[in-house]
Amino acid sequence: MTCEEAAVLLHALIDGELDAGHAREVEAHVATCAGCAARLRELQELSGAMASSRLRIAAPGELRTRIEGKLPVPRATASRRGVIGGFAAGAGVSALAASGLLLLVTQRNDRQRILGEVVSAHLRSLQAKHLIDVESSDQHTVKPWFNGRLDLAPPVVDLTAQGFTLLGGRLDTLDAKPVAVIVYRRRVHVINLFCAPAPGAANSVPTMESLHGYNVLRWSENGLNLWAVSDLNAEELSEFGDKFETAMKQ
Amino acid sequence: MMAGGFDASDGGKAERFKTLALPLLDELYTLARYLARNASDAEDAVQECYLRAFRHFDTFRGGPIKPWLFAILRNVCFAGRAGAARLTLSPDEPETAQPMWREPADTPEQAVLRRQNTDTMRRLIGELPAEFREVIVLREINDLSYRDIATVIEAPIGTVMSRLARAREQLRAAWIAADRGGAS
Repeated sequence: MTCEEAAVLLHALIDGELDAGHAREVEAHVATCAGCAARLRELQELSGAMASSRLRIAAPGELRTRIEGKLPVPRATASRRGVIGGFAAGAGVSALAASGLLLLVTQRNDRQRILGEVVSAHLRSLQAKHLIDVESSDQHTVKPWFNGRLDLAPPVVDLTAQGFTLLGGRLDTLDAKPVAVIVYRRRVHVINLFCAPAPGAANSVPTMESLHGYNVLRWSENGLNLWAVSDLNAEELSEFGDKFETAMKQ
Repeated sequence: MMAGGFDASDGGKAERFKTLALPLLDELYTLARYLARNASDAEDAVQECYLRAFRHFDTFRGGPIKPWLFAILRNVCFAGRAGAARLTLSPDEPETAQPMWREPADTPEQAVLRRQNTDTMRRLIGELPAEFREVIVLREINDLSYRDIATVIEAPIGTVMSRLARAREQLRAAWIAADRGGAS
């Protein structure tokens, strides 16, 4: 690799936009080229300085009110729960009715509905300022908090060292049943991990789905159904799933 | 400027729209604040973006909503004033967006340093030419992927990469200059 090629790829490297193969190539070049190594350090410094500054700017509360006021108010107070589920399922149903495939999809629809609910609940948690009931980065504080509140002991593991900060936990509902939610973050992205009891459910490998730009990693383990939801990219959310699984087994 | 005037039958649609779009208000406002001349223009742009997005919500066919909204906002901002007058983000800018989680508390010294750092960095980003400024804000502040940035600025990913590289070069040079200026 030439320095000229590396110059652009260094940016992609610090932005996490390179696949493993290309990342290795760039790293190999940097290891043997003092000039590019220095450039990489400079870029990391700059990104670090930006990350540690508070560059986001909050919208004035009055602006939110103004915007909400200009949008129409729903006539009937349709349940706020699962609005996206209805949306997704609705769109799916009409498309399928048109193609005559309606009968084949009942099961898939159910899964799709839950997916919609999970994403709805994720969005609600970000909007209503009800992200966390128990705020702690200590797993030994978060885990006992659920005792007596739920019929399950949710798996709470600290993944800070792996780049996913534990923020706390909260109660939520999914499919009309109470569930535990463990909340993590990576950079500016919140990850809600929903844990629902599913006695007798067979363990399953994680599968990634996505709805409206939110990624959902779903799997079953030890009698629990788990969904990790975030606007984090699919790769890093998979990584979260891996790290979580590994930590659980320790 | 459009002022309300939506049909009541839009209610269900409005509910879906709000659920998807309102959590992104701070992120949209941040971009608007860096693209528009001042806070009042930014507020108008964000409001117009939401109304326009709602009007065209029927044409939104799933997929990630964030780049879709950012693209609308960007068009509103650039339509507002052809080209790019330089914006001013004054040091007494309103409070920083509070994350939904609590950050570790700073010591008083750290707080002062961070404040200075934040003010300087905001000013320097504000002084970048608009086409560099927007990629920096989308990437570094809003944490969008190259693909999503490409969607927002309606350019190929290669263009995103080269603009980002040049933007960082300029920003770094300005940052070093500001650091020296501040230290002397």
